Amino acid sequence: MASILLEKVGKVYPNGYRAVENLDLEIAEGEFLVLVGPSGCGKTTVLRMIAGLEEISTGDLKIGGAVVNDLEPKDRDVAMVFQNYALYPHMTVAENIGFALKLRKLPKEEVRRKVEEAAEILGLSEWLDRKPKQLSGGQRQRVAMGRAIVRSPKAFLMDEPLSNLDAKLRVKMRSEVRRIQERLGVATVYVTHDQVEAMTMGDRVAVMRDGVLQQCDTPQQLYDHPVNQFVGAFIGSPAMNLYEAKLGPDATVISLGSQTLRIPESTFARRPALRGFAGRMVTVGIRPEDLSVAIPGGPTDGSLITEVQLLEALGSEMMVHFSIDANLVTEEAAAEEEEDILVHKGEGVARVAPDLTVRTGETLMLQVAMERIHFFDPETTWAIW
Amino acid sequence: MRYRRRKGISRIVNPLNAAVLGVSIFVLLPIYWLVASSFKTSVNIGASPPQYFPDPISFTNYSTAFVHYGFGRYFLNSVVVTVFATLLVLGIGSLAGYAMGRLPMRGKAPMLVTLLVISVFPEIAVVSPLYLLMRDLGWLGSYQALIIPYTAFNLPFAIWILRNYFMVIPKEMEETSRIDGATTMRTFWSVILPQALPGLFTAGVFTFTACWTEFLMALTFDNTNSFRTIPVGIALFGSPNVIPYGTIFAASVVAVVPVGILVLVFRKFVVSGLTAGAVKG
Ligand SMILES: Nc1ncnc2c1ncn2[C@@H]1O[C@H](COP(=O)(O)OP(=O)(O)OP(=O)(O)O)[C@@H](O)[C@H]1O
Ligand SMILES: [Mg+2]
Repeated sequence: MASILLEKVGKVYPNGYRAVENLDLEIAEGEFLVLVGPSGCGKTTVLRMIAGLEEISTGDLKIGGAVVNDLEPKDRDVAMVFQNYALYPHMTVAENIGFALKLRKLPKEEVRRKVEEAAEILGLSEWLDRKPKQLSGGQRQRVAMGRAIVRSPKAFLMDEPLSNLDAKLRVKMRSEVRRIQERLGVATVYVTHDQVEAMTMGDRVAVMRDGVLQQCDTPQQLYDHPVNQFVGAFIGSPAMNLYEAKLGPDATVISLGSQTLRIPESTFARRPALRGFAGRMVTVGIRPEDLSVAIPGGPTDGSLITEVQLLEALGSEMMVHFSIDANLVTEEAAAEEEEDILVHKGEGVARVAPDLTVRTGETLMLQVAMERIHFFDPETTWAIW
Repeated sequence: MRYRRRKGISRIVNPLNAAVLGVSIFVLLPIYWLVASSFKTSVNIGASPPQYFPDPISFTNYSTAFVHYGFGRYFLNSVVVTVFATLLVLGIGSLAGYAMGRLPMRGKAPMLVTLLVISVFPEIAVVSPLYLLMRDLGWLGSYQALIIPYTAFNLPFAIWILRNYFMVIPKEMEETSRIDGATTMRTFWSVILPQALPGLFTAGVFTFTACWTEFLMALTFDNTNSFRTIPVGIALFGSPNVIPYGTIFAASVVAVVPVGILVLVFRKFVVSGLTAGAVKG
């Protein structure tokens, strides 16, 4: 057991591509850190550098306090689970799990005992004599985990280990992986591009983009205080609605298209820098869950009049796709291709209670939780604090 | 999808099955004739009308081959030369194929083309210079005079086959194995090679058959007659005046047996070996 420390770590591939830049990251003993970001942002590269499969171009990697930059993978004592599991097809489950121990020349008896122990933890005891191709996807995934845990390594590295499973199994395996990791207390770096997975599994979540770490914090902090527009839009599903807006000359109101919202005094206590933007354009971020259906006759200084475009009833809640006349700000890198319904100019999503009687094309008044909205500098896209 | 199910006799007698049957007869008949004739007496071999089944069944041809013509010695020579050459080809070929298919290396493409060119080079063109070389080395009439050229001639094809096999193994295999703590050689031996087993069988069977049946070099490089292999031995049975057909047949049957066993045992692997590149790559 040990901590992992990355200090100003960078990776330049032989073709000159800078995949990772100046990465500072610390994974404490027993911590479960999730590395998340859109495809191609360098997550796998980071993992492979920690594993020793990829050379570190700049900076230092420390495992358990010692610099391991130049150590061979086998001498770093880390275990890695690959996306395609990479099980040895010609070996049985038991041989797969025990291979690393056999290489360490452990006595046969001990290898068997440890393999059985690992199989027990993973619920694989029945399948020890099977070959990988006779197993289901979930079982293969477990074997891959088994290969990692049997060695009691200093760290686990997992590269999208659940992405080959179907949705239901994936949800089940999330808690399973967490349970095992907590039981063993081994520092873990877990790569995924699924922000839901990141939020539900991570002690802390590191968000990367184009090889640069954006923010590393607890899931709640990431959600509540994204450092920039990208993190704001990437974390949370459906994604945060982002609009161009103009702050009033005394910064007490903000206009979204033709509508105005009053900014509560408490906002300035948390975001003193916002006053500096008085009279200027800002980007406003409103999470779908921070919008609710306004009570008729209630206060109107924090509500938006919207036109309903589409209703998605999910049973426990309803997604209202609406439009307003403000300009939409797009954060392309953060878009989740598979899940998003095509959003047009000025559209947004609200997550509301399912008992809504409104129909498509009608007008709907939505109440904005003003103290929860986010402000970003449109030039730098950084949060205004 | 729905399809018509054929009923009754038409399920068995259809053009496709007929074609398969025709081809089978075409291929098997000469082999049957060889086996049948090897058990005939020398009078009956040339009998007219031909004898379709040996009557009486005689083992004289076999005993003549082994006792009188010393066929056992030829057989042994063939086994030694073929087994050694095949092992060498597989040993060198798998390492070279791995390097070609897997390792970052300069000049891979020209090397592969060269190999391909070598593998289609006509043997007859190099036999004379090789003869001179063997003579100068003092290797004429030795096992290595055959083992080494056989290895060289069969390597290119083996390297190609094995390379294609290694190429389709996911690179994570080596990486996992490295992380598990295996050295490069250990990874190759325990992780990579077992996954290329069908390729090894394919290359092995092809090499074995090629060496087992090779004639030209075996004839040329043997000046003592004690290193004759089966094909040369059979060809030189008898004397200018007598051609002992029965003995030739019997020896040929014995010669075919190892190849037949080999192909039958590894049939499954060889078939999957020949198609591997096509579907997986
Ligand atoms: N061997 C390589 N040589 C050159 N560039 C590479 C190499 N490997 C990866 N890259 C590039 O580095 C960038 C980061 O790759 P990486 O595999 O780390 O991304 P990722 O975040 O894991 O993406 P994904 O979610 O799709 O797995 C990509 O743009 C990729 O094209
Ligand atoms: Mg990746």
